[in-house]
Amino acid sequence: MTAAFRLTDSTLRDGSHALAHQFTEEQVRAVVRGLDAAGVPVIEVSHGDGLGGSSFNYGFSRTDEKALLRAAVEEAQHAKIAVLMLPGIGIKEDLVEAAEIGAKVARIATHCTEADIAPQHIALAKELGMETVGFLMMSHMIGPDELLEQAKLMESYGADCVYVVDSAGAMTIDDARRRVAMLKSNLGCQVGLHAHNNLSLAVANSMAAFEEGVDQIDGCTTGLGAGAGNCPTEILVAAFEKSGVATGVDPLAVMDVAQEVVRPLQPLQGVIDRDGLLLGYAGIYGSFLLHAKRAAERFGVDSKDILLELGRRKVVGGQEDMIIDVAVELERQAAQAMAERIQDH
Amino acid sequence: MSDTIRGAIVGSGNIGTDLMYKLRRSDVIELGAVIGIDPESDGLAKARELGIATSAEGADWLLERADQFGIVFEATTASVHRAYAPKYAAAGLKAVDLTPAKVGPNVVPTVNIDVALDRPNVNMITCGGQATTPIVAAVKAVAEVPYAEIVSTVASVSAGPGTRQNIDEFTKTTSKALEEVGGAGIGKAIMILNPADPPIIMRNTVFCALGDGYDEATVSKSILDMVEQVREYVPGYRLKSDPVFDTGPFHTPGGSVPARVIALLEVEGAADYFPPYAGNLDIMTAAATRVGEAMARHMLGGGR
Repeated sequence: MTAAFRLTDSTLRDGSHALAHQFTEEQVRAVVRGLDAAGVPVIEVSHGDGLGGSSFNYGFSRTDEKALLRAAVEEAQHAKIAVLMLPGIGIKEDLVEAAEIGAKVARIATHCTEADIAPQHIALAKELGMETVGFLMMSHMIGPDELLEQAKLMESYGADCVYVVDSAGAMTIDDARRRVAMLKSNLGCQVGLHAHNNLSLAVANSMAAFEEGVDQIDGCTTGLGAGAGNCPTEILVAAFEKSGVATGVDPLAVMDVAQEVVRPLQPLQGVIDRDGLLLGYAGIYGSFLLHAKRAAERFGVDSKDILLELGRRKVVGGQEDMIIDVAVELERQAAQAMAERIQDH
Repeated sequence: MSDTIRGAIVGSGNIGTDLMYKLRRSDVIELGAVIGIDPESDGLAKARELGIATSAEGADWLLERADQFGIVFEATTASVHRAYAPKYAAAGLKAVDLTPAKVGPNVVPTVNIDVALDRPNVNMITCGGQATTPIVAAVKAVAEVPYAEIVSTVASVSAGPGTRQNIDEFTKTTSKALEEVGGAGIGKAIMILNPADPPIIMRNTVFCALGDGYDEATVSKSILDMVEQVREYVPGYRLKSDPVFDTGPFHTPGGSVPARVIALLEVEGAADYFPPYAGNLDIMTAAATRVGEAMARHMLGGGR
């Protein structure tokens, strides 16, 4: 059975955010075994912020991502293993090492306006014989025309596919549709969509993208991922199959993986709480969520206020340090307001 | 005997032009020439306006009259500097290198300026390195720092094509400087470009892992003192808040530690050639001026 598009499951990369980068080798092996047997063609494995992401700023990996990658490569019988890397966080040596371990797909991610920091990394991945993807994060922040310019840059560097990435889960169905359509009608390479579920639209946006001819779609099993979570792989597969669109994945098998292997890791995955919704509503980078909740507790301020201020500052992916900056400032403002109230009395 | 040393800037792009304004104010360096390769460049036009000798014939022009100069400030590219560094040295010119070529040792004015005195060539690391290694060194002076990490965020419009195409050079060079100059056991640097309009002021966050036995007040004071020292040449360098201490344990690449300290820094530029948001470019040229001046004083027979 030929699939109508190619599915990449990012549970073991984007899902790393939801678990504060605590994946173990056993968990990675179990997820890869299940997804591979269910027919998922590409499985992404990296720190949530890509190769080299283990840090104070984003959270240290419990297990070295290279060890996780090696385990994934060993388990996969059919699926290709993909890695993500963000220039500025990871370096070329990380890609070389990932290729040596056996990763076959390199996804090079930049903020949607900064594609021109990626040419060396895309060229290197091609040289290493990897399939390459240009991954334009926070694509909701610019319109389809401007996004196309950046996508053309990615294509010119040699990307085999360029992704519209809704990192904040901020896109409406129309937003996703127009961006995918613009890229599809103007690029020679493939086009992909990576959706988040903050507005409960990840599956709908992926189906709209399919109608516009999208070639690759991302999911995460149970939606395990940054912010309110990603497009849930098992729901995406079920919805497409019911619509008569072949995914190449066994719906019942992937539902079992979701329920038995991934769900236990994060039982409440799929609940969109106020902060998760707020990210999508205000267009804020999804992986800020847990960091903001932690900072709110540490500094005694409201996570909602942190997130809204980050939105006002137009902070981009990777600027997790600004969460501490904002929390410290809110704490100071609160103390000042308290002092003034005491004085007034 | 003259009381100044003649300097030349090679490279008439953004960095070279900003440096020109700073060197003109120096009392120990006389800026003798600005050298580019494009006669139409804005930098050379600005130099001509200011009555400074210019050439569009590149570094060879300088080598032909090397005896008239003492210090060359390289603001071209790493490959140009690698090619010319031996020629400058052979011609008796000292070099302050603002490219990532790293021919000579890394230097940060407030940490190890003495290395600049006797070496023929020193490297200014990166903008993020100039902004963050002083803080790591300040913490290291009073505590164990088995791991240090920095996040440097600059406005997209202030990152030129050289930086963009060589972003790995930034992260690797800066990481190394955190170790070699800052004194951290292991260093890691992260660079982020932010396209917000109006452009954001350069931001740097420094995380230092703290080994056992540190004293919060001592660490804080050391950081605050260092900030004051950097402010002597970059007035827009400031802490956004007092240093933040977090207790762990944290399992870092340098080992497990009980705590960390975070310094949140903002660098506003002096707006000599770039707008104030480009503190990243300002701190490079201001630091290079400091280093050049120390070299010049030493050459003139003074201390530094």
